[in-house]
Formats: sequence, C-alpha cells, structure tokens
Amino acid sequence: MVNTGVVDGDTEMTVTRRKFDALIIGAGGGGLRAALQLARADAKVAVVSKVFPTRSHTVAAQGGVNAALANVSPDNWHFHMFDTVKGSDYLGDQDAIEYMCRSAPKVVYELDHFGVPFSRREDGNIYQRAFGGQSQDYGGEQAARTCAAADRTGHAILHTLYQQNISARTHFFDEFFAIDLIKDKEGYILGALALEIETGEPIVIEAKTTLIATGGAGQLFRTCTNALINTGDGMAMALRAGVPLQDMEFFQFHPTGIAGKGILITEGVRGEGGYLVNADGERFMERYAPRAKDLASRDIVSRAIAIEVREGRGCGPDKDYVYLKLDHIGADIIKKRLPGIRDSAITFAHVDPIESPIPVYPTAHYTMGGIPTNRHGQVVVPEKEGPEEPVPGLYAAGECACVSVHGANRLGGNSLLDILVFGRAAANHIIEYLNEHRYHRQVDDDAIDRAMARLARWDKGGDGESVPALRAEFRKVMEDHCGVFREHEHLSTGLEKVHVLRQRLQHARIKDQSRVFNTARIEALELENLMDIGIATVASALARTESRGAHSRVDYSERDDNNWLRHSLYFEDGRLDYKPVRIKPITVAPFPLKPRVY
Amino acid sequence: MAEKYSNQYSKDRLLWSCRRGMLELDLLLKDFILEGYDSLQLSDRKAFETLLEYPDAVLFDLLMGKSIAADQGIASVIKKIRSIATSATS
Repeated sequence: MVNTGVVDGDTEMTVTRRKFDALIIGAGGGGLRAALQLARADAKVAVVSKVFPTRSHTVAAQGGVNAALANVSPDNWHFHMFDTVKGSDYLGDQDAIEYMCRSAPKVVYELDHFGVPFSRREDGNIYQRAFGGQSQDYGGEQAARTCAAADRTGHAILHTLYQQNISARTHFFDEFFAIDLIKDKEGYILGALALEIETGEPIVIEAKTTLIATGGAGQLFRTCTNALINTGDGMAMALRAGVPLQDMEFFQFHPTGIAGKGILITEGVRGEGGYLVNADGERFMERYAPRAKDLASRDIVSRAIAIEVREGRGCGPDKDYVYLKLDHIGADIIKKRLPGIRDSAITFAHVDPIESPIPVYPTAHYTMGGIPTNRHGQVVVPEKEGPEEPVPGLYAAGECACVSVHGANRLGGNSLLDILVFGRAAANHIIEYLNEHRYHRQVDDDAIDRAMARLARWDKGGDGESVPALRAEFRKVMEDHCGVFREHEHLSTGLEKVHVLRQRLQHARIKDQSRVFNTARIEALELENLMDIGIATVASALARTESRGAHSRVDYSERDDNNWLRHSLYFEDGRLDYKPVRIKPITVAPFPLKPRVY
Repeated sequence: MAEKYSNQYSKDRLLWSCRRGMLELDLLLKDFILEGYDSLQLSDRKAFETLLEYPDAVLFDLLMGKSIAADQGIASVIKKIRSIATSATS
C-alpha cells in the first residue's frame, strides 16, 4: 500500500499496488490470445476485465474467421490480401494486411489445436463458408474462406482461450474497471490504475508492458448492435495519455437494426422479399436504387433510410424510423425461413412481422478506427523522428486498435482474424521487449494522482445533471449528426453539440456515493470515455471531405485519392493531423488503386 | 439467504452480472432486473442467479426460444423474462 497524496475527505487514500510483466486491459479474443502467448512464455501476465472474461463481446461474433486454407474452393493468401485491400477502399496498410492474410492459416490451425471445435468437411478438413467480398483470382469467382464453429465461433474461441489461460496461470482481475494509463515523464507506459467494482477500491497495476484490447465503441450511437460494454474505454485512455486516435470517421453501419434497440435484422429478410416503406406507405428504395431497390448495397440502403427520416417521412410518433414490411410474404414462409427474425421482432420490437411491419433504422456495428499501431501491435505516434514512433511499453490489438487492416471498411470474417493475428503478434513483440527491459521503472506518485483525480471527480456530491439523461442525449446527437447521413453543416452542428454535452458532463453528479458495486459511477466513467471518442469521431468525419468505404459524405460523394489517401489522427486537444497509408506490402507488389466495385 | 437478495448491494451486483457480451442479453436481462426481479419469490431469485452463470451463447438460445431448459425452475424464470420483454412497455 502506498500513500498517493490524493485527499479523500479528511484522510489521504492509500492504494494497493501489484506488479506484472504484462498488463492486458480487456478479455475478449485479442486480449486472451495475447495473454496465452505471454503466459506460455513464462511472463507474469495480468488481465483486467470489467465483466467476467467469457462475457466479452467476442462472444457475439457468429460468422467465423477468414483464412485461405483452400479446403472448399481454390484459394491462397494473395487472393485474401487483394480482397481485404479492396474492401478497405485502399485505406488499409498493405504491409499489415499481408502479414494478417499470411498468418491466417497458422492462427486457425493453432486454435484448432487449442480445442476450438471448427465445423468439418466429410474428409475431416475444416469446413469453410462463403461470405461477401471473398474472391478467387483477384476479383474472380466467389471464394469460401470463412472457418466457423457452427454459429458460435466467437463463443467457442473465447471459451477455449479462457480455459487455456487458466491452465497457463494467467492472473485475472475479473470485474475491475481500468481508469487510466500510468505514464512517466519520459513517456513510458507503466501500467494502469483500475477500480475493483465489487469494493470500489482503486488498485495500481504496474507493468513493464501494457496491451489495450478493449474492443469497439458501438455505444457511441443510439442504435447499435454492440453490447453495453462497448464504450471504447481503451481508446479514450490512450487519447488521454497523448496518443491520437486514427481514422475514427470510419464506422460500419448495417441498414436494418430494430429502431431504438439496434438488434440486427439480416439482409436475408429483404432477400426473401421484404421491403422498406416510409410514413406514406411508399416503397422508397425504388427512388434511390431503381434496379436493385431494397437489395442495393448496405451504404445506399442505410443512407436512404436516414434521408427519409431527415426529410420528415419517418414513421412512428417521433417519425424517426421506417418500416420493414414482410407480411405479404406469408406466415408459412416467415415461420419456415425467418424464425429467428420473427422472434427478434416479437421480443424487441413487440410486433409479429406476420401481421405488422418491423420498425428499423441503420445500426452501428463496427469501429474501423482506433489506437494507431504497427503490425507488431506497438502503439505508434508522430514524433520528431517520423509519423510512427512507438510509445515505449504500450501495445494495442483488436477493434480498439487501428493497425490498419480494415481501412475504410471491414470485410466479414476479418474481425476475428484481426484480434487473433495481432493479439498474438503483440505478445511476441512484448516478449522481445521484456527481454530487453528486465526491471520495472519507478512509478511516481504524481502519475498515479493524475489517474486518481479522474476517479475522485465523481465523488463530488450535490445537484447536477443526470448521467443516464446525458448519455441518451449524446447518443442521439451522434446518430443524428454523424451516422450514415453526413454533410458539412450537419457535422459542424453535431460537433458543437457534442462539445457542449462534454462540458455539461463536467457538472453532472451521481446520487449514489457508495463504494460497493456502484454501477452508476462506472457508467459515468464510461460516458466520459464515450464522449471523448465521440468528439474524435465527429471532428474526423467533418474534416474528411470525400466518400470512402463506410464514410459517406453527401456533399463530397466521390473518393478523392489525390487529397485523402491518408490516415486521420485526432489528438485530445482537438488537433487533426494526417499520415500516409502504407501502400508497400512486405514481400509482394502493392495492389494499385482501383474503383471499389462489386 | 433471503437477505442476500433483498438489499441494493445484491441488486447492483446482479445488474452488473447482466452486462453480457451480446446486446440481446443486455436488453432482456436489464429490463427484467428493473421490472420483474423485485416481485420474484426466493426460489425464482435463486434460479435467476443460476441462469446468470450460464455462458452467453447458451443463455441466448434459452432466452430466444431456440432451446428449452430442462430444469423447471430455470424454465419458469425464462418464461417470466420473456413475458417482461414482450410486454409493450418500451
């Protein structure tokens, strides 16, 4: 126990300290894959997770993991690389993409050996299913590249990695919330301050290396598919530690989420003949995509819905959604082919699609941007020596990171691959770093006090605005101003609004001042994180005057490679900087720029 | 054991246990804690706590009606959770 100097009432608080070789913040697939690699190399590893590890959002990944195994169709990593570069709308870094696609078979076979029950072919090889965006021969015939464990791939990976970590003696801090990174005067990251949710007690976890693996930030938007835990905590911690956030304007949306809830209604519904209507009962997709209509690409359908709502043709009392109509398909077909969708609609929208249309709105799904890293998982920032200087002791992997393999848009099946490849790569680099840095650096109390101050702020009593109300208002502003409909005036107004909300949050108070399982305090800390990265998202989207991948501007509708083939970097002080895309792969020739047409 | 379930500490703990890896579970469980939990008998409260120990994928299948719980107590709680979810209050 050390005296931190932070005064709590009349007594100075003391904080427990623990020391590890590596601290991993986040216990999804990326964090657990890294932890396992480190624990097996005899590093002393701690994993901090705000929920029980197997309740991390990786569990929601049902699709699978891409690897060019060629078990079902002719395939190799070059084709996978081409598809990923094209899918990224050429914003992905081609060295990182090559590394990921070449590593993919190895990480899948490793998982197989760890015990992940991949679905099999009759010949015993791993079965692979076809997903959109997968091709043979650089854009030719459909490829089948996705390895899956039935429809529970994320669940199977997460549980397998957790059990392997228990066997390897990884130390878990379950239900601990990471507050902030601890950084010394020379810029080394030396661990983090965390809060034990059960007791409300802070703890300093000193570590020679820290890996952020906290996942995405879908909770930025009112309508999202992400679990409540996805509040971008690691991204906000990095931002506060002086690390810029990269490419935050790129956020993947799905056109049809249940309005106000976010639960995904798959394209399969429209494939079976379902269609969208506005408040006038008009089948409006005929105006936006006369040929493809309701089966147009995701971004076109998403933007059409947003425009209908924006122009006053939305449905419901607040005119803030459209309807997905299925009743004409017939009860038999709905029951036979869409039973899961029917159950979701009944459960979450309180409508039976056999009789009534489902209220839908575009739902935020995946954060392409995040903490900038190189392909070794090292967090990199612009310094005097160049645009990508490593922050000593700090790593990031998975959806919270921007390595950048997804660029402006992520392909299905590449997110699980990302967490596995770069969780593993980061761990390998950490092992090298630990060999060269054998001793803990001194942690000054000043560094801890800065993190403690963030915690102490919510101990202030008195009256103030409600955190849940501010959260709801913020998420609505994000959805209205920085969702799928983006143009200058709208984004500018949105940026002003989120800044005002961030100011108002300074004056918010929580009524419950207890220490034990004070979930109100955790939600307040989460909202601070969300607002910080929300500002980064809107500011980056406002500045990028082109349309590329998931970032679609109605006032700049074309991709602009002359001016915008570069990564955005948003700093905590509001400054924006840019760095070039790494278009040179490791061993092969670069894929030249082409229009992204499917 | 009754006291364990009757104070705010336990309810806050349960509320945090309802933070899951899937949005569907978050919504179903949180609504149930806020709207249905207080009226449960002790046996149902114990069954609910047992249910929260299930892996997310198993819980999802049970709550979305894709599988059926063999245990009568668990099945009873699942029915109550679904009843709250499908009542048109939000």
